[in-house]
Amino acid sequence: MPVNSNKPRLSIHPAETDSLIELPLFTHGVSAGFPSPALDFMEYKIDLNKYLTRNALSTFYIRVSGHSMINAGIDDGDLLVVDRSLDPADGRIAICLIDGEFTVKRLKYTPDGLLLMPENPAYQPIAVTDQNQFVLWGLVTYVIKKII
Amino acid sequence: MYALIDCNNFYASCERVFQPQWQEKPVIVLSNNDGCIISRSEEAKALGIPMAAPEFKIRTHLKQHKVKVFSSNYSLYGDLSQRVMGIMRTFTPNVEEYSIDEAFLDLNEIAITNHHAYGQQMREKVLKWLSLPICVGIAPTKTLGKAANRIAKKYQEHTGGTYVMDTDEKRLKALKWLKAEDVWGIGRRMAKRLKAKNILTAYDLIQPHWHDWIKKEWGVVGLRLKMELEGIPAIGDGAVPESKKSIATTRSFPKQLTDYDLIRERVSTFATVTAEKLRKQNSCCHMVIVMLVADKHSIDDPKYHYSKGITLPFATNSALTISTVAVQLLKEMLAETNTVRFKKAGIIVTELIPQDAKQLNLFNNEDPRHLALMKAMDKVNEKNGKRIVRLATQAAKTWDMNQKMLSPRYTTDINEILTVQCR
Repeated sequence: MPVNSNKPRLSIHPAETDSLIELPLFTHGVSAGFPSPALDFMEYKIDLNKYLTRNALSTFYIRVSGHSMINAGIDDGDLLVVDRSLDPADGRIAICLIDGEFTVKRLKYTPDGLLLMPENPAYQPIAVTDQNQFVLWGLVTYVIKKII
Repeated sequence: MYALIDCNNFYASCERVFQPQWQEKPVIVLSNNDGCIISRSEEAKALGIPMAAPEFKIRTHLKQHKVKVFSSNYSLYGDLSQRVMGIMRTFTPNVEEYSIDEAFLDLNEIAITNHHAYGQQMREKVLKWLSLPICVGIAPTKTLGKAANRIAKKYQEHTGGTYVMDTDEKRLKALKWLKAEDVWGIGRRMAKRLKAKNILTAYDLIQPHWHDWIKKEWGVVGLRLKMELEGIPAIGDGAVPESKKSIATTRSFPKQLTDYDLIRERVSTFATVTAEKLRKQNSCCHMVIVMLVADKHSIDDPKYHYSKGITLPFATNSALTISTVAVQLLKEMLAETNTVRFKKAGIIVTELIPQDAKQLNLFNNEDPRHLALMKAMDKVNEKNGKRIVRLATQAAKTWDMNQKMLSPRYTTDINEILTVQCR
């Protein structure tokens, strides 16, 4: 098999079979006499781990503190699902490392360079220059909120 | 071809994944109880900080150079290690996990046109996904893979972190460079004997006139090693057993112990932890061994390593049983020696069998209530995250492990995950 120097052709992802959180899709309340027709479907379960984590090897959970992204639906205390295997693109929300500090911002590509955009008018965009130490740490794929 | 991948300064690198402000700065990680240095970043190495040095001895030196010191955080290292191994399985299904930070990859069934590029892809993927630097050595045998990895690491600027030993010329050059004592599988004792024979490099080792000596003195193991160095695979897969045949929990004490109650508390705690490990992998053990290490320098008696074991009439993974047996063994051991100061203890359980293959014995069986009790104990402890339910023999809680500089368990505890400031 020829190997492209940029992308591995061979990409075998192990099946994630040991998830911990499973919610049953059907619950059956019939307790006597009549066998529950729903029992036949009990093997199907919604596994939030599988749904929220496309690549378990490169996924990390990160907690948000602060208000600079509230208009993107990211509030103080929310839980972010971050996948480091994804490639960045304009408009994506990313965990960035700028001058040794982590931050969450929306990426904006401009002719003058990369802008880290807050989603709250009270905050200023950050222009990434040659003077900055900048690392794109990972992309935010989901936001998990606590409602109650 | 085989690849040997290993993570550079693994523990120190793991600490930097979530605390990147320490990138390019001197970082060290201490062993259990914050005793000795067990991992150093390149910057710390450059400051001349020695491996395995006791932290208290060089504390001023560390402060002076603003070295960041971490307690060992095995939850974090274990999780990141599993991720590295998982990434390796995307390159070949044949991954043999050799240690927490090393793996052999059997590349023989994969058609690769450019091994160097393949190795670089491994490095890039682990760096991008996990921020961990690795080095890759690729060679016709595992032993040569180890050597290739050494070259990749030592001459990183030149190799880019991947070295492929794909010609005889490269192999011979490497063997002349590689010291005999650095060959994978040569222990300290053997290295001494080789030196006495003036066998100094790996190249000396494969000279035909040593063949008979190796065969006579070293047997089939030595001949295999020689074949490996000659480029003929002789060490098969499964060098590492699939399931653990024994489990050990051993720790040094933060200070030397003379008090029986304190030693008993430690032994009982190690027994409890070992029983928990057994239950986690659904095993039971038939044999329990207790070991004690005296302080070598504090006694005249040349014997300083003590151990005593017993085969149980039934297999068990009950903390109650294992702890009771271990304390009994400890008592017997102490009665037989005049040594009073100890610096280390441990529990080893062997003759493991799967829990469901447990045979019922006609006369001697464990109280069946143990099983239910252990289940309940595990549940409570799991729910509360810490071992809040303990045995009474563990009551002498005179200390906890010294982990003053422990970083959060970023990947294994939802309450300790990274928080990002939305400024």
